[in-house]
Amino acid sequence: MTAPTETPSDLSAAAESQRWLEQLSDGGASRDAAVGELHALLLKAARFEIDRRRAGLPHLRGGDFEDLAQQSADDALVAVLAKLDQFRGESRFTTWAYKFALLEAAVKLRRLAWQGREVPLEEEAWSTLAAATSWAGSGAEDAELFTVLREEIENGLSPRQREVLVAVALNDVPIDVLAERLGSTRGALYKSLHDARRKLRAALRERGIELGLDREEER
Amino acid sequence: MSDQSKKRDAADALARVLGLEEPELSCEECFAQLDRYVELSLAGERADREVPSMRAHLEGCPACAEDFRSLRDFVTDESTNT
Repeated sequence: MTAPTETPSDLSAAAESQRWLEQLSDGGASRDAAVGELHALLLKAARFEIDRRRAGLPHLRGGDFEDLAQQSADDALVAVLAKLDQFRGESRFTTWAYKFALLEAAVKLRRLAWQGREVPLEEEAWSTLAAATSWAGSGAEDAELFTVLREEIENGLSPRQREVLVAVALNDVPIDVLAERLGSTRGALYKSLHDARRKLRAALRERGIELGLDREEER
Repeated sequence: MSDQSKKRDAADALARVLGLEEPELSCEECFAQLDRYVELSLAGERADREVPSMRAHLEGCPACAEDFRSLRDFVTDESTNT
């Protein structure tokens, strides 16, 4: 633990984490029991995530959600057991493990929510910026900002940077869904998004444009 | 739609497109630090100082921000119910 002074609660959390590690790394019956206990916790986390999102998936039935929860817990268990040596004791073991179950469930649900849906075309995304530009019509500086921004998105970015920026930042396509469609990874696409944003900020600055909106009417 | 809400939409669109001008973690680094960041946040400790560049990533990456909220809320639920 990294806390400068450890409280009894820190110590008991550390001891509990140590117990998990020992039992899961051990052989025999105590490992089987710990694996069963861990799976039950991961299943609880997966069900929590599914409950939060089930309203967005009206075409699925109760049994489908339970299957998803079981699959998410199974996949998370495999990931946790394979990565035990990466647990650094900087949180409770259970908090560290829960994130795998929540991620597995979230990724599956985001993909299901987008199953059969086309990722919107670039042209459709311009409506977001067009609406912003139209709102900004009354303020010359804001209107210029959005107009130049659109020009830079169209002409200043690489095709991949533009594709990712438009999908994720303007069309709310989840980055892991886009990664699956493009045969890439979440990390690689986020790097493209990050580079695109940096390029746009630099381009706006080069053209002498402030990056924020005109605050005139809020004064 | 009121002028104020149009302005809010425009500001949101701008923030999503331009992101924050701060160093930020990658998605992989964010996931690696997520459990620690959540526990520090819930303990009222200085999560943003202890895990620099996490906040900027969560502002810029909607999927990681969702994952953060899920872990924070589940851990909160668990500690309340146990």
